[in-house]
Amino acid sequence: MTVRIDGTVCDGCPHAKEAPCMRVCPGDLLTKDSSGKAAIAMPEDCWDCAACVKECPRDAISLFLPTEAGGRGSTLVARKKTDGVQWTLTDRKGKTTRIFTAGKKVI
Amino acid sequence: MSTHRWELEVKKTDVLVIGGGAAGIYAAVTAREGNPELSVTVLEKAHVSRSGCLAAGINAINAYLNPGETAMSFLDYVKKENHGLVRDDLVLTMAQGLNSATDRLYDWGLPLLKDEAGRYLARGKRSVRANGERIKPIMAQALRASGAQVLNRVNAVNLFVKDGRVRGVFACSTREEKMYLVLAKAVICTTGGAAGIYKPNNPGAARHKMWYCPFNTGAGYAMGLRAGAEMTSFEMRFIALRTKDTISPTGTIAQGVRVPQVNALGEEYLHRYGARTTPERLAATLAENMAGRGPCYLDTARLDKEASSMLKDAYLNMSPSILLKWADEEAEPHDKPVEICGSEPYIVGGHGMAGFWVDAGRRTTLPGLYAAGDVAGGAPKKYVTGSMAEGELAALAALADLGEDLAPLSEREAREALEAEAEAVLLPLGQDSGFTPKALQKRLQKVMDEYAGGISTGYRVAEPSLMQARQKLRQLAEDVALLQAKNPRDLTAAHETADRVLIARVVVEHLLHRRESRWPCYQERLDYPERDDEKWLKFVNSRYDNAGDTVVVMERPYEGGAFDDSSD
Ligand SMILES: Cc1cc2nc3c(=O)[nH]c(=O)nc-3n(C[C@H](O)[C@H](O)[C@H](O)COP(=O)(O)OP(=O)(O)OC[C@H]3O[C@@H](n4cnc5c(N)ncnc54)[C@H](O)[C@@H]3O)c2cc1C
Ligand code: SF4
Ligand code: SF4
Repeated sequence: MTVRIDGTVCDGCPHAKEAPCMRVCPGDLLTKDSSGKAAIAMPEDCWDCAACVKECPRDAISLFLPTEAGGRGSTLVARKKTDGVQWTLTDRKGKTTRIFTAGKKVI
Repeated sequence: MSTHRWELEVKKTDVLVIGGGAAGIYAAVTAREGNPELSVTVLEKAHVSRSGCLAAGINAINAYLNPGETAMSFLDYVKKENHGLVRDDLVLTMAQGLNSATDRLYDWGLPLLKDEAGRYLARGKRSVRANGERIKPIMAQALRASGAQVLNRVNAVNLFVKDGRVRGVFACSTREEKMYLVLAKAVICTTGGAAGIYKPNNPGAARHKMWYCPFNTGAGYAMGLRAGAEMTSFEMRFIALRTKDTISPTGTIAQGVRVPQVNALGEEYLHRYGARTTPERLAATLAENMAGRGPCYLDTARLDKEASSMLKDAYLNMSPSILLKWADEEAEPHDKPVEICGSEPYIVGGHGMAGFWVDAGRRTTLPGLYAAGDVAGGAPKKYVTGSMAEGELAALAALADLGEDLAPLSEREAREALEAEAEAVLLPLGQDSGFTPKALQKRLQKVMDEYAGGISTGYRVAEPSLMQARQKLRQLAEDVALLQAKNPRDLTAAHETADRVLIARVVVEHLLHRRESRWPCYQERLDYPERDDEKWLKFVNSRYDNAGDTVVVMERPYEGGAFDDSSD
């Protein structure tokens, strides 16, 4: 598993025709659970492309490294902006770093 | 679950593109621009906005002719990189389209930096820098603007062949109980390459922490094989030199910030082996490990802070998880070198040479079927722009061929064909016992890893173990008939597993046939350790004989002389 969905933050995007995270996953791994919130169907199938992470308007999804691949608790969250992507990296001790990757116009 | 609930629908289009990635999107746009009267449909198993290899983005246009480079010099480079054997005609025609494909991406809104003279900022001789995180949504928007129809979440499973011509494709929704026959006058296959044939680098929950897109499962190869298309060079697997654990691309470091490969003693080692080509750099790394001087690294400790943070930005544009690795190790890129390793072998025509045998117009050997991008063989080093260039060539050839007389199919004929195919395609849904797709896939990966040159055997192969692989794959092929599925998602997985088993069989037959060692690691025979140009400067091709359930292997000559001004 490489994405974690925070059920206290995800609201299931009730007004969207299709929740943005569920639209973009290249493996179509994200579905709605019985409470209408996002859930990952087959966690071990995630490619960690971060498409869903960048797409979520509520920062409910974070990326992390599986334990098997050396993961020790750091997380990466992202938000797309009109002129690039704002990333927030939180290391295992809770220290956060913000990085902005520029791009002219985000679709 | 019984299959009778599945809805069956026949659709019609003029040009059908299977797979909405780099090659497919550009093929569809080209077809619409070439003839706006035509209906063009793209069929995509995920959603075109983020599907395929480009889901995370790119940080360079890896194939571009900077000033001083020509299509001819590009061919020369690719041929040297590929140890003398490529389809010169294919590489040359692809190279001719690289720069216009780049310009199109720029026009569509891809942020590429330019210098004062208006030229793209070069990263190397044949690449330019890109802040390409959103290349895929940008391409998808251009696809929509072209007026092409898109069928998202529809997984192609078999070509529809009638009277010796490809007339469409059978496909299943990945979410609903619905199966289609999409009829077309021309079909362009752009489904990408195949990951997951071999056991991957990481276990368990990290199993898809791989370089190539794990959702490209080789459907195009398998559909082509089952329909009798000729394939080439499946023995030339692509094995990538990647960062340890996260399996992120290393070009970002080696070319992006230009630091050398070093062993555990801090020594640069490539020169020891005279390693110049991509497979030679991989082989040299393995050799250092075997000599006890591993693990090997890219020496990012030489970077200053500015370059270190530039490197992080570049990875966020294309392979973000490596930042987690640094954070988990409580280090910055300039604090210590980045460890490197070889990936699982992938079957991918854009980097290796495996794929459909095509002519310069990207026509396959099956009338009505064209192939472009990672699914097409014979022309490595495609990357984004080469895949697009091939998509363009395929679309232009398809448009030129459209005038050919086609007896129209009646509604009834189409419906009957769909009903007959549904029985076979939906079979796993009716199966109460048998094998899950995942279990069978793991067995396949173990066989390929242990007997057909996977990571655990240092990628090398020899006849006795390949014979073992052949036998075990036969059993696997029998067990494919016992795959079970409960819903559309499982059914997709069942077809992916069946496809991978067929591809693996072809890989093994090709590996058995080439009795020399042409590409270190990619195709290296312990029993024939030398490269033998006299006998083997030629292509190994194959065709799957459905009726006899056998892979028929044949050879095709290398016809490069006409373009060869290099003398390799
Ligand atoms: C991690 C990574 C990073 C890369 N970085 C760069 C870079 O920085 N610069 C660069 O130039 N190149 C880069 N590349 C290479 C580039 O992405 C590929 O060369 C290119 O995308 C190949 O194009 P394609 O159309 O053949 O395949 P893709 O772009 O992968 O498209 C294939 C499409 O077919 C769909 N599909 C598959 N099977 C089916 C089916 N059965 N039915 C329907 N649809 C199907 C897939 O979902 C996908 O959308 C990178 C590749 C990877 C994997
Ligand atoms: S996009 Fe975010 S908020 Fe919306 S459903 Fe997905 S995880 Fe929940
Ligand atoms: S990170 Fe990518 S593969 Fe994983 S769930 Fe999100 S979109 Fe899907």
